[in-house]
Amino acid sequence: MLDEIKTLSSQLAQDPDSLVFLRLGELLRRKGQLEAAHRVALTGLERHPHLADAHDLYARVLADKRDYERAFDEWDMALRIAPTHVGALKGLAFLYFTVGDLAQAVAHLEAARRAAPDDPAIVQALAAVRGGGGAPATGAAAATEEVAAAPAAAAPLEEARVFAGLEGAQEGLLLLDPSGRVLGGGLKDPHGRDVTDAVAAYLAGVSQEAARTAKLLDFGAWTGLAAEGTIGHVHLTPPTGNALLLVVRDRSVPMGRLAILAQRAALAARRWLERQ
Amino acid sequence: MTIAPAGGGFARALDLVTRVRGVRGAMLVTGDDGLVVAEQLMEGIKGPAVAALAASVARRLGRAMETAGVGATLFWHLQAERGALLVVPAPSGLLVVAVAEPEVNVGLVRLELLRAAEGVG
Repeated sequence: MLDEIKTLSSQLAQDPDSLVFLRLGELLRRKGQLEAAHRVALTGLERHPHLADAHDLYARVLADKRDYERAFDEWDMALRIAPTHVGALKGLAFLYFTVGDLAQAVAHLEAARRAAPDDPAIVQALAAVRGGGGAPATGAAAATEEVAAAPAAAAPLEEARVFAGLEGAQEGLLLLDPSGRVLGGGLKDPHGRDVTDAVAAYLAGVSQEAARTAKLLDFGAWTGLAAEGTIGHVHLTPPTGNALLLVVRDRSVPMGRLAILAQRAALAARRWLERQ
Repeated sequence: MTIAPAGGGFARALDLVTRVRGVRGAMLVTGDDGLVVAEQLMEGIKGPAVAALAASVARRLGRAMETAGVGATLFWHLQAERGALLVVPAPSGLLVVAVAEPEVNVGLVRLELLRAAEGVG
């Protein structure tokens, strides 16, 4: 492997626009040289911003570094460029598995299987994820990791932050009951004014209309409502049938990343509600 | 797909949206009262009812977002198990609405909705 790394490094030095950075970055990543892999992947991505494989490589490195939010963004971008990119589908499946959203993990693995029906590792990962409680989490994670060649280990989520928000810290998280009463969290506007109750009251109406719209269109249950504003973004999701969770972030947080933040927050909210 | 009587400009704006794979229809809706101005919808989609609900969601969401301090709504996306509704408010007060399948390329639909909103703005 060392010889190959030297050879590829030499080739890349001679031709910086070459695609050998993909192989070199992956080798460095597998060898655990994450900083070097990061540099190679990022430089390659800067030269080839429309190459799905470049985003996939960068996402793998980020995931190894446990920067899951940015890894999500990169895999999401890879899929926007190449909607059936198997590496990105498996990577996102891994991230969804990591946050406990097994339905999304399965959906992405199914999509990966449609794109690569002969890949036995995807079937193995699907079986592991579908095993749910029967399969040890590490086993399922390892299976998903194996097919995705993604992170070496799944870090525990930073749920303390999410719980802190749900318990009342002003972190742009708001948990409501269906009639708009606050269950946890809080919101302040940019001027520091507490707007929790007012926003909660409006949101109850939004969720009712969202449910009616989804029903009218025969779309089944609504699963989320993401909105982009001139100053910030919001994501509204029903973590259970009887609660609503709002996540608010400024515009520096892309919509894709907000979606995964909302998934994490919803999982934490479900657990929080179960404990009440 | 049905096309409501509408000016060529409206039809061209809706064409931008409906040509995206996975989009089942698009409408221009008045933001105030939820009336259909123009539509290109696949058979079976209840345009007037969807328009009324989309406008209602838009109004309530707009109030919530303004109150939360995140500004005016530029785009919103209702996700459901078997489909999605994507909406961009135009400067004129019209809403450009897309009804789509769940696996639709949301980023692409958003871009076309924004272009359509400029076109009818």
